[in-house]
Amino acid sequence: MTTFLSAAHLTVAFGTRTIIRDLSFEVHTGDCLAIIGPNGSGKTVLLKALLHLLPCEGEIRWDPAARLGYVPQKFAADQQLPLHVRDLLDAKMNVLKLPATEVNSVSVEAGITKELLDTNIGFLSGGQFQKVLIAFALLGHPNVLLIDEPTASLDELAEERFYELLHELQVNRGMTILLVSHDLSVVYRYATKVLCLSKGKTCFGAPREILTPEELEAVYSAPPKYYEHTHDHQKE
Amino acid sequence: MSQGYSVLLALLFGLAAGLVGSFALMRRMLLAGDVISHLALPGLGVAFLFKVNPLLGGAATLFLGTLLIWKLQKKTGLATEAMTGVVFAAALALGAVVTPKEDLVDALFGGFPTLSLAGFLFGTVAVAVVIVFIVRYKDRLALGLFSTDLAAVTGINVNRLNLYFLLVFSLTVLIGLQFMGTLLASALIIMPAAVGRQLTNKFSHFLMVSAAVSMFSVATGFLLNTVVVKSTTVSPIIVIVSALLFALSLVIGRKP
Repeated sequence: MTTFLSAAHLTVAFGTRTIIRDLSFEVHTGDCLAIIGPNGSGKTVLLKALLHLLPCEGEIRWDPAARLGYVPQKFAADQQLPLHVRDLLDAKMNVLKLPATEVNSVSVEAGITKELLDTNIGFLSGGQFQKVLIAFALLGHPNVLLIDEPTASLDELAEERFYELLHELQVNRGMTILLVSHDLSVVYRYATKVLCLSKGKTCFGAPREILTPEELEAVYSAPPKYYEHTHDHQKE
Repeated sequence: MSQGYSVLLALLFGLAAGLVGSFALMRRMLLAGDVISHLALPGLGVAFLFKVNPLLGGAATLFLGTLLIWKLQKKTGLATEAMTGVVFAAALALGAVVTPKEDLVDALFGGFPTLSLAGFLFGTVAVAVVIVFIVRYKDRLALGLFSTDLAAVTGINVNRLNLYFLLVFSLTVLIGLQFMGTLLASALIIMPAAVGRQLTNKFSHFLMVSAAVSMFSVATGFLLNTVVVKSTTVSPIIVIVSALLFALSLVIGRKP
């Protein structure tokens, strides 16, 4: 297995507040790395640092052939912008000088209908907006996706579909995935590696090693009731 | 040079102002355009004082002011609007002090100039720079407006793009100074974009409508002035035409 991303002694601080301290981990090609941890533990900050959106100390080394796709946490886009979904996707297509057919193919993949393509971005529901962010990330044939809490605004069916798509991308295309998630049952099902961030303790390893009651209690500083939930799923 | 060249340049300026205004509206900095034009005042004043080409003086302080706004905005993290407000107020005060009283009205309202060949060439090149920039960078600008993070991941240097836009914006105002004067220089950046946004929700249509409204205002303004009003300053007529178009757009309403 080849190393796709290696982070060594990563430290991210805002002024005097250190969010991530001396973090090291590696991701191999085709891995699905789940990043978990309580609120404020620096999961989003870590993704942004890996994307070079935030200044940080230490070393981040991506595979030279890495093409990054980023699906950010749901954000409030300016509703006044006169941009249709298609305008947005066309803009990225033009900047990256991609062939015009790409927009249609990523739209189909992300489940964006023709009608949705001609909708203003200010009028989208949470789930529709999520689809647009995924299509946007998929433009340009990324071989790694960095995804930040993707299912926060999705209903159960949409969530299920979303993870099926991720799984499909990972298995069929060998895409590497870095996923911030609160849903430990999902992490258990799809992740090949887990990185948990916590103020007291950071751990990194295979899901079976990390997602034990003892480890989770140490990370979340509370008895892990989500873990019980995971067990229910396994029994079903 | 004949008046025909001036009219031609004014029309081209209209096109550039409509395009730049579209992005200024999306960035919510239309009014910043109004005050940015005042940055030219100290330079105009100094130029009047030493009898050099007012446009050169205006250009110098306008671009210095723009750079200052960009720098301060980066340093303080405040909105463009706040920084523009601070720098503009200082520039206006400075301009009022240094400009000879008898030239102040000229500097504020401008007059329609008979262009020298150099003036025409400068104007044409400047307009071309503005139009080429918008056509080349419109997609990057749109992505930056949607999300700076996603734009950066797409490989866009958002910080540099912001500087480019501010410079192009100031250049547009500077061309406008010749025709419209300090006070109305940015009117064609503001009005047509407002009409365009009122009439359409789609990016490309928005740009086209804004540009068309701006050029139509210039053409109609000149026509009305030549035939009916016969004033030495044409800028108020142009602005009134675009204001009427805005009123009309309110009646028509927006298409989805």
